[in-house]
Amino acid sequence: MKMLAALLLLAATPVLADEPIVVHLKDHKFSPSVITVKANQPSMIILFNDDNSADEFDSSSLKVERVVPGHAKGNIRLRALAPGKYPFMGEFHAATAQGVVIAK
Amino acid sequence: MISALIIVFREVIEAGLIVGIVLAATAGVPFRGRAVALGVGAGVLGACLVAAFAGELANLFQGSGQEFFNASILLLAVAMLTWHNVWMASHGREMARELKAAGHQVKTGERTLTALGIVVGVAVLREGSEVVLFLYGIAAQGGTSAGAMVAGGALGLVAGGAVSALMYFGLLTIPPGKLFQVTSGLITLLAAGMAAQAVIFLQNGGWLEFFTGTVWNTSWLIKEDSITGRLLHTLVGYSEAPNGAQLLAYGATIVMILVLMRLVHRQQQGTRRSLA
Repeated sequence: MKMLAALLLLAATPVLADEPIVVHLKDHKFSPSVITVKANQPSMIILFNDDNSADEFDSSSLKVERVVPGHAKGNIRLRALAPGKYPFMGEFHAATAQGVVIAK
Repeated sequence: MISALIIVFREVIEAGLIVGIVLAATAGVPFRGRAVALGVGAGVLGACLVAAFAGELANLFQGSGQEFFNASILLLAVAMLTWHNVWMASHGREMARELKAAGHQVKTGERTLTALGIVVGVAVLREGSEVVLFLYGIAAQGGTSAGAMVAGGALGLVAGGAVSALMYFGLLTIPPGKLFQVTSGLITLLAAGMAAQAVIFLQNGGWLEFFTGTVWNTSWLIKEDSITGRLLHTLVGYSEAPNGAQLLAYGATIVMILVLMRLVHRQQQGTRRSLA
């Protein structure tokens, strides 16, 4: 019951506490590739794809699949995360496009 | 080349498993091949359109157009799968018995074929648009590696198709009497998984902000990124760390389908008794 109340409280305050985090994808690499967010509150990544080709920001642990076409930007909403590491990748160029979100 | 093979293989399997189940679920229904082929064709066409307008699509709804679109087509597929199961619960038995005899049956059979054709279309559309974007990116880069990548993609397509065929023929080895129950079960879980996935997209779009806390985490057992994890994700909606709203949608979909199936089944038995 306490957990439910806590969940409802979280649900009632979906405000972004901080400015969105800007990330660039260039030559199929994320910069920054390590993104730190505050734990237990939603945050937003704005991904600028500076490459010519599309890529998909993909992370099962973050529960995000987001296609960002070449020379376009994508808003990626992150839910409130428990402290920990959440790896992500650019699915179409997974050999180089790797990164991690650290919630603390 | 290997990376192209893997990506295409993965996406083709995800759509192909759904096609395999739909084909098995309609075993014996006339003209089902046509409905499934139409679904695949429409899906491929839609995938190209979605890929071509990915930027425009994403910009809708304050930048959450992609999430809105994905959630909508998934919920459409859930509705169609539900309709199919409920329809089969009321007509399935006679269909099996007096299949080609009654023209009326064939006509109503066409309706559920339309529903499943739509499901196939949605599955191909979702996975296909990623394949199109990926391959287009390679083709646009040109160079010597492009040919190898396309070859890898073609191999991935063939391999993915083979696994899907295996799913289909595997299901067909089930005795006809049991096949209906098995495919109904599979379709129920498929629908539940899609409903849960739709919830994720609604959450990512910022429309659904309650029960977002993780309820449990089984990533130590099966990683969602692993092949097993992906297959289970496609088939039964496996999620390594489901949140409350996701589980709620999953459970509610199963309950809804089972209750509706039970209701029409009982209603139909009632009609039969009063006719006797």
